[in-house]
Amino acid sequence: MAPSAPLPLRSRAAVAAGRAVAGASKVARLGTGSVVGGNVALRLDPGLLRRLTAGRRIVIVSGTNGKTTTTALLRAALATAGPVASNALGANMPPGIVAALGRAEPGAAAALEVDERWVPAVLEAVDSATLVLLNLSRDQLDRSHEVRKIAETWRAACAAPAVQRVIANADDPLVAWAAGDAAEVVWVGTGGWWTLDASGCPACGGRIVFDADGWACTACGFSRPEPSWALAPGHEVVVHGEERIELDLGLPGRANAANAAMVLAAADGYGIAPAHALPAMRTVQSVAGRYRTADIDGVSVRMLLAKNPAGWQEAIDMLAPPPRPVVAAINARIADGRDPSWLWDVPYERLAGRYVVATGERRHDLAVRLRYAQVDHGVAESLDGAVAMAAAEGDDDAVDLIANYTAFQDYLDQVGREP
Amino acid sequence: MTDRSSTVAVVVLFPDLLGTYGDGGNGLVLHRRLQWRGIASDLLEVPSGSPVPETAQLYLLGGGEDAPQTEAARELGTDGPLHRAVEAGAVVLAVCAGMQICGVSFPDNQGRPQEGLGLLDCVTVKTDEPRAVGELLVDADDRFGLPPLTGFENHGGRTRPGPSATTLGGVRAGVGNGDGTEGVLADHGDGRGKVLGTYLHGPALARNPALADVLLAWALGMAPADLAPLPEADAEADALRAVRLSAATRGNLDGVAHRTWRDRLTRRS
Ligand SMILES: [Zn+2]
Repeated sequence: MAPSAPLPLRSRAAVAAGRAVAGASKVARLGTGSVVGGNVALRLDPGLLRRLTAGRRIVIVSGTNGKTTTTALLRAALATAGPVASNALGANMPPGIVAALGRAEPGAAAALEVDERWVPAVLEAVDSATLVLLNLSRDQLDRSHEVRKIAETWRAACAAPAVQRVIANADDPLVAWAAGDAAEVVWVGTGGWWTLDASGCPACGGRIVFDADGWACTACGFSRPEPSWALAPGHEVVVHGEERIELDLGLPGRANAANAAMVLAAADGYGIAPAHALPAMRTVQSVAGRYRTADIDGVSVRMLLAKNPAGWQEAIDMLAPPPRPVVAAINARIADGRDPSWLWDVPYERLAGRYVVATGERRHDLAVRLRYAQVDHGVAESLDGAVAMAAAEGDDDAVDLIANYTAFQDYLDQVGREP
Repeated sequence: MTDRSSTVAVVVLFPDLLGTYGDGGNGLVLHRRLQWRGIASDLLEVPSGSPVPETAQLYLLGGGEDAPQTEAARELGTDGPLHRAVEAGAVVLAVCAGMQICGVSFPDNQGRPQEGLGLLDCVTVKTDEPRAVGELLVDADDRFGLPPLTGFENHGGRTRPGPSATTLGGVRAGVGNGDGTEGVLADHGDGRGKVLGTYLHGPALARNPALADVLLAWALGMAPADLAPLPEADAEADALRAVRLSAATRGNLDGVAHRTWRDRLTRRS
């Protein structure tokens, strides 16, 4: 790989200005400051993203759910072969990416989380990249939510010459459609699990049927590509139908096992063998506060993030078995989407047998949903109150918390961002 | 098919095409409110491409995007199983895109009028007005005997009720049909079933259990007051309603300015 050329003066000035603003906004307690800094840098030099990515190994991770965690696993895997830059805290639009790369040493690889709507724009600004496409499902109903349109833009973007290789989830028909025109695709079988947004065939509008072996369109024959990497029961990854690799991750749940399988396939493409990547990936135990355990008034609270129905389905899979109580928190601010009617698409019936406390600004919406799911529940106004109420129903002073985006950020502020 | 003398069948039609706004929840609410009262109920989800049963008592259509909406209308046709069910007395609740396709015509994704199912006397058109997105608060028409109705709306089209239509009520906050009214009812009073369309989602029946009971009473051929009360469930819904009613009447949603149709008519911003 060629060493990256020195940045032109204008870009260096833009990066420096971005850093100075990022520093100032940190002092002013405006959060991590990286987005503010990146915005200033982009305004000074619109070509900055191209120059900052030139000469690096770039791996772009996108999808509705699991971007941040997958990027953290990828960063760990790539770091076994050299320095890696990453927008590790989820600042996943061009300003956040520029801020992350502006700090990176020359020649460092880049593991970049990219918002699903920004994938085409970012790909236009890079010369060469591997693309990891996780999944697509409904998110934030009151925005112009059109999952299918995103799949279309991905499909066009995947065909671009800059895309060297796509690591694609073979079990998501929308992802399979999106990756279909790419020069090289490595298919990863992750297990089918969220079908609500994929029943209409992206190729012909016909009907897609799912069964234990995969999925296929009944009208045009578009069907699940045969994966070369596949997640098997027991969180093993099977490579080319032969080699079996036990994941044994530091992160819970099926969804993270699927994310890890995608990362193993991506790292393998850069010559990093699973045996090399996995020990590093296993050291990842919390990601931007997700999966960490906080102490709230003597109760051990494990913090899970879920932003949409598919994310909730994944998070429910990660819960400790009953009778461990659950605190579920819902807000409906702009970043969450103002319409929480998606609560009715979440299979809350699966919480039956647990005691659940609804909290967050839309706790009453959730309480009504839990009532119709026939889940035993209470309602509490504050996180502290919810944790105490839930813990009183358990037997070991431990609860699992699942919160949507802004509720999760509020609670992280409350318990402290660093564990 | 279920024996209609003993079991009430609730059919959620085409959740794969018309399920964008959690509207499947309306089916669950009806099903549970029957069960909780000791009335046997079947909840059936019928995806597109599958045969539509003709002998259920309640049918639900939800919201959807333009292309799936057009596909749903094409499958249901102008004289299909749903029409025969309504002829036989079945009750239909059609939300958002579901209401639009039940009308005489509705716009497709190019804005061209498409023939609707003809179950409601209304026409939906595209206008140059912005998409209606936000809390919707409706004062129900007196004939329903209902408290204010709360929901969330998210639609581009505007619905013009025809001469034979009754509306669900008047809009207090939000846009609704676009002319100050909200929803469309077909009530022929001749043994045919009633068809109610509305822009309220959230889903509507979770936020407005009294409306759920009106639909159940129509389907069971009794007065809503004769249905056993469900105090525990409805106390919880009342807590939700209090918050949503106050959010809608304050004219803001947790700090975000929200203009009502009255504001627009009087050109206030
Ligand atoms: Zn097809």
